Amino acid sequence: MSSIAQRQEEYYRGVRMVRYDLIKELAIAMAGLLVVIVALAAFLSSPDEPSLTVQGWSQAAAVDFVTTATNELAGASDSAQYGPPYNNGDGAVQSLGPLAPQQWAGVHVAVDPPNDFVLQPLKFASVGNPQLTAALAEYNGAGQVQQARWLKAYTDALGNANEQDGNVVVAAGDYGPLPVMMSNLLAVAHSGGLDGHLLNSGRFYQTDFTKPLLFMGDGSHLGDLAQAQHLTGDLWGMMNETGQYPGQTWLWLYTMWYQLPAFQDGGWFAANADLVVVLIMLILTLILALVPFIPGLRDIPRIVPIYRLIWRDHYRRTGSERPARRVAPTRA
Amino acid sequence: MTSTTAPEDAYAGSWTGAVRGFLARSLPLEHLLPVRQPYYIGSWVYMFGAITIAALVWVFLSGAVLAFFGPQWWHVSGIGHFLNSVHFWSVQMFFVFMVLHLWGQYFAAGWRDGRAPTWMIGVVIFLVSIVTAFTGYLSQQNFDAQWIAVNAKDAINATGAGAFFDVLNFGQMYGLHIMLFPVLVITLVAVHVVQVRMRGIVKPIERRAE
Amino acid sequence: MDAPASYFHWGVILISIPNLLLIIGMVILFLVAAVARVGSHDNEDL
Repeated sequence: MSSIAQRQEEYYRGVRMVRYDLIKELAIAMAGLLVVIVALAAFLSSPDEPSLTVQGWSQAAAVDFVTTATNELAGASDSAQYGPPYNNGDGAVQSLGPLAPQQWAGVHVAVDPPNDFVLQPLKFASVGNPQLTAALAEYNGAGQVQQARWLKAYTDALGNANEQDGNVVVAAGDYGPLPVMMSNLLAVAHSGGLDGHLLNSGRFYQTDFTKPLLFMGDGSHLGDLAQAQHLTGDLWGMMNETGQYPGQTWLWLYTMWYQLPAFQDGGWFAANADLVVVLIMLILTLILALVPFIPGLRDIPRIVPIYRLIWRDHYRRTGSERPARRVAPTRA
Repeated sequence: MTSTTAPEDAYAGSWTGAVRGFLARSLPLEHLLPVRQPYYIGSWVYMFGAITIAALVWVFLSGAVLAFFGPQWWHVSGIGHFLNSVHFWSVQMFFVFMVLHLWGQYFAAGWRDGRAPTWMIGVVIFLVSIVTAFTGYLSQQNFDAQWIAVNAKDAINATGAGAFFDVLNFGQMYGLHIMLFPVLVITLVAVHVVQVRMRGIVKPIERRAE
Repeated sequence: MDAPASYFHWGVILISIPNLLLIIGMVILFLVAAVARVGSHDNEDL
């Protein structure tokens, strides 16, 4: 059996060879491209919209912040009901028939929103704060039924809340210790302390932003900012970038599926849209990888005359115009 | 005959000799770094692959400087922001020319004559590059990174991958982006280039006696 | 460059102008590369 090198020699036997400088070609490509890149960087720069902080959120949209925090405490937020990998809810669990990889993977990034986002930070804030200490004691001492009653009443009232002097004001009602708790949480957020607390959770070093991001994602403000930047799903947001910059255009086919009615609210795949889209893309990627073996797909190059442009000098010189029928991969 | 093809019995039992022999038979220097190429390589379309690699070099170099000074640097330094811009546009150029290279290879049916593995590795590189870029977008530490993270998590969680690939975990995404994925990309690109150099450039599409 | 981009909307397709220009540019670049002549000195016989 001939070696690979011999096979290449055999492949090129009888083929006229011309001068070629690989390194020079690469060097010219690098230099030319550098000029283009540096020009783009110098004249267009790159996007850098400042990140949203919990502090910024609480200051810009106090009612949304308090409403979200109340939802977290009630265990009614998206994060609280999500399911794996955060907890054992089922609000965001997707499956396709017997295929339930989200369930199979289990809870590995434990997040407990009522405690992580509300009660723990308030416990820290209650040091030296007798009013808050008493409110927390009242809340923790009350039974689940009483807590649920307060939470429902307060949540409903927040639907008509106003912001006054940095406070969230609701109509009078029986909300128990919730107004005191939430106004304190708002104050901690305003001060910037909640950003730090959600991130650190008692530890010194941290690089995991799961908790503050989940909390912010549960609110409306982050999404409102994204809407203003045209980054939301209905705007093919996955492909987009802030400002006038190109985004991840290579995600076009991935994001396209989400624009089809079948994948939107009320659509056939709406409940499990993400799982279905990922599966579709896995299949399409597999097809792309296997193009050399797929009849039809592998023959399109012979039908579309681009190859005639690429090798037109060759065809002119050798006079060979018509292609053979198959482009199956064969041994060289 | 060059000195790299010395008779193998001189190295009988030598592992090093066996590797040398294997390399000599598979990818001699004349094939790895050729000074000649077939006459039919006469289109600018052939340049797209090399330009993609050129872009990747600038992605790496600019990325290395960004990594050296830490993820916060480019937000507070003018030079840092410029280098981030170089990184940003290098990445855009990388994807532009990689896709042009894909189009070129598709319409030239570059997988012919035993080159299907080269095509398949190319598709894998495409996929790995997309994931690498994704971890990069998550590492920006700005609003875009936050929004991408909060939205992407649902698709990843739905597949079960969210249990061990937490897009909200900056430390994890950053480590993947500056270390593990670049190693993977470089390795795959090296394999891809070696495949091309081992087999030579595919001949033009034409009638064959099959 | 920091103001939100404008969009091109056609049926289901909604694409930002920067993205659209990039893709159009790519198609043009590909066709130009396919059509353009390579300098004759590269075809010197060895």
